[in-house]
Amino acid sequence: MDDPFNAYITQWSFSGAGTGPLAGRTVAVKDNISTAGCATSCGSRILAGYVPPYDAHAVALVKAAGAAINGKTNMDEFGMGTTTENSAYGPTLNPRDVSRVPGGSSGGSAAAVAGGLADLALGTDTGGSVRCPAAFCGIVGLKPTYGRVSRYGLIAYANSLETIGPMGRTVRDVSDLLRVIARPDSRDTTMQGRPYEHDPVADPKGKRIGVPAEFFGAGVDPRVAETVRKAVETLAACGAEVVSVSMPSMRYALAAYYVTCTSEASSNLARYDGVRYGPGGETAKSWHDAFTAVRSGNFGDEVRRRILLGTFALSAGYYGKYYGKAQTARANVGADFARLFADVDVLAGPTMPVVAPRLGELADPLAMYLADILTVPANLAGVPAISVPCGTVDDLPVGLQLTGRPFEDETVIDIAAAYEEAVA
Amino acid sequence: MSDVVIGLEIHCQLDTKTKLFCPCSTDYRDDGPNTHVCPVCLGLPGTMPAVNRAAIEYALKVAKAFHCAIPEECEFSRKNYFYPDLPKGYQITQYDRPLALGGYIEIESEEGGEKRVRLTRIHVEEDPGRLVHKGGGDRARYSLVDYNRSGVPLIEIVTEPDMTSPKEARRLLAQLRATLEYLGVYDSEKEGSLRVDANVSIRGHERAEVKNISSYKGVEKALTFEITRQRSLIRRGAVIERETRHFVEARGTTTSSRSKVEEHDYRYFPEPDLPPLRVAGWVDAIELPELPAARRDRFVAQYGLSANHARTLTGDLRLAAFYEEIAGNDPALAATWVADTLLGELNYRERSIGTVDPARFRALLALVKAGTITDRSGVEVLRAVLDGDEEPNTVVERLGLAATTGDDAIATAIAEAIAEFPQAVADYRAGKANAINYLAGQVMKKTRGRADPRELGRLLAEALTE
Repeated sequence: MDDPFNAYITQWSFSGAGTGPLAGRTVAVKDNISTAGCATSCGSRILAGYVPPYDAHAVALVKAAGAAINGKTNMDEFGMGTTTENSAYGPTLNPRDVSRVPGGSSGGSAAAVAGGLADLALGTDTGGSVRCPAAFCGIVGLKPTYGRVSRYGLIAYANSLETIGPMGRTVRDVSDLLRVIARPDSRDTTMQGRPYEHDPVADPKGKRIGVPAEFFGAGVDPRVAETVRKAVETLAACGAEVVSVSMPSMRYALAAYYVTCTSEASSNLARYDGVRYGPGGETAKSWHDAFTAVRSGNFGDEVRRRILLGTFALSAGYYGKYYGKAQTARANVGADFARLFADVDVLAGPTMPVVAPRLGELADPLAMYLADILTVPANLAGVPAISVPCGTVDDLPVGLQLTGRPFEDETVIDIAAAYEEAVA
Repeated sequence: MSDVVIGLEIHCQLDTKTKLFCPCSTDYRDDGPNTHVCPVCLGLPGTMPAVNRAAIEYALKVAKAFHCAIPEECEFSRKNYFYPDLPKGYQITQYDRPLALGGYIEIESEEGGEKRVRLTRIHVEEDPGRLVHKGGGDRARYSLVDYNRSGVPLIEIVTEPDMTSPKEARRLLAQLRATLEYLGVYDSEKEGSLRVDANVSIRGHERAEVKNISSYKGVEKALTFEITRQRSLIRRGAVIERETRHFVEARGTTTSSRSKVEEHDYRYFPEPDLPPLRVAGWVDAIELPELPAARRDRFVAQYGLSANHARTLTGDLRLAAFYEEIAGNDPALAATWVADTLLGELNYRERSIGTVDPARFRALLALVKAGTITDRSGVEVLRAVLDGDEEPNTVVERLGLAATTGDDAIATAIAEAIAEFPQAVADYRAGKANAINYLAGQVMKKTRGRADPRELGRLLAEALTE
């Protein structure tokens, strides 16, 4: 298969059975989701040559549903990035404009779908990694409720935040894929046993949509904000009730997110020591030296930065100041959502504050972190959020983000479907 | 010894069928390296732990038996450190929300009374893998890793510093082992199933933590050495530094193991892959079996045993079961033979009670009780039965040990003794009553112990008054 966007790290031809709900469809799988017999690298040199002996639960379900899998898609190393430029296997290009990034970290999955290389894709979303590339590439991406899709086989970056999410060209595609992968799995005990059996209903009548002022605050490109406000008006015209709300906990969301994800990452990534898989070290005088050589030689800069940040945040004497405080802020975000969802059915706003940047434009780590401001709250609270295309700015796609109550993925899917149908 | 302060941290492997977080078997000891492993216990990327309910139930049994407070919810945490036998780069353990808090273990104190050693906490954690140094010890050229042990459930029991001598520490471990085995959650005969760290100090001075103790005898040895070391430092006016020391089993000594690399900051934080564990509903459903103290009291009441015999016989689950199997219609005789004779013979041979055939032992007791053989011959028969593969009555026949009460051999021996030791005879006749014991000893020697002692006394007295 020709891959002009560098969407894939490894091409694969797992041909699906002729039957099943996904028969005849092609699925691309992000390279941090384990596939038995097919190399899985997380976009990192440290997993070069690693071939998992088992399938992630979601992959096994996709296979059983009759789909073909055509490869493992490019990503920011271990999911750490917003552009898919932090990959040991080169950047992925945005099919809508190859001078632009596809977003990240599931940029390869989004590019595969947007570029017509796959019908559907599995991404993963830790702080926006499904929704951001969906918005930048003009496709649909869902971060399901935490605990709805098994994480067994998803190579952990930040366990308490992340989930596998479906990506597709339409809301119905995303719903079809979610129906296959949202199945119970006793190996992931953070699951709640709530399978998704829904068919989208494109009717927003009587639904209350909250629009938080903070989602349109400083840093949001006014043209993006305007495009999204128009999309919300479209939903109002279809019968939804739109109300202005406020979400003050947003102020601390980004800090809470980065402390939490780097802390968990510093622990999750400790296993890459060259002993059991991946490139081994040269024989050294001590195991300590060997580990150091393997890790410093094979992790990329952004990964090393986040391991250092997380190690610091968990250190004796700093735990309460950073990790502990982040958990308090996180609880406040959850409480804020709960308060709002007592009144409204979904919250609406832009998925990303900007349209897809040019390659290299978000090279400054801090600028890149700030771009996640609108997507991280859903991960902190574990609630479902979908990004659906809602127009363009400078011919580049803009995403409308709809966030819902926990385990009401059905509602965000319904309202996204209603918008999609209204503008079709 | 009352100025000695000892606290213990004890790790025991729980004897579950499968590992703590995956379905791998824990029965790995007779199999090759890395044969009881799966993606989870190898820590392969993407795997997740799922708690083995049996392990938690086992730990709850222990907590209940030791009178601990059991919070409604406990939580697993990650202890982060690098080591080649640790496949995930962290150990899943419990930190600030352990399974159980407080409680106590009752032991016999140094002075002989009952004493309560308070517990700080009990928590559950996973065992790491094991390194095999090829070439042995410090000269090893390389190391191999065996992950068969990785993920086996452990409980860590932390005591308060309530023990005042190495003997008390040993007794605590013995009581702990007995209780765990009565609960059916632990098998002390499995190699490496127990690991102990001991904190020890002389009151008013800093403490040392002695690590790497892996046997009951080792604990007493390590502590005795460490106390002597600390006392002699204090005597010389030196300051005891707070440090970690390593027990070197082969030499019975402790050595300082302070090094910068080993100064850890474990960066504990809650394990995000495991939700907090609610055990509130399980605890009440757990029923405890008869525990050592209750069985000891029952042995006194039911079999009329002395407190000492009852304590010894109930101090080990297999021993207590063995005793009850052979107690028969003379439980007092059985208790003496098991507690005073059999245990000594087993210790000498470094064998466990499990290697003794109860039917043979019962046959031996029957021979003694019927007077067919004397006590002394009984010991000889026991040794032969333990060392060979014979029935007791076969041994009696082969060695000609049948008691010879009243027969010619004994009469001959008495006559000889009286003839050979006229002084003793004269002493006896002059009123020194215990001179008869000397003569009895000579007769025993001549008959190789086959004479019944009481019968012999009567026959000798008769002969001497003739």
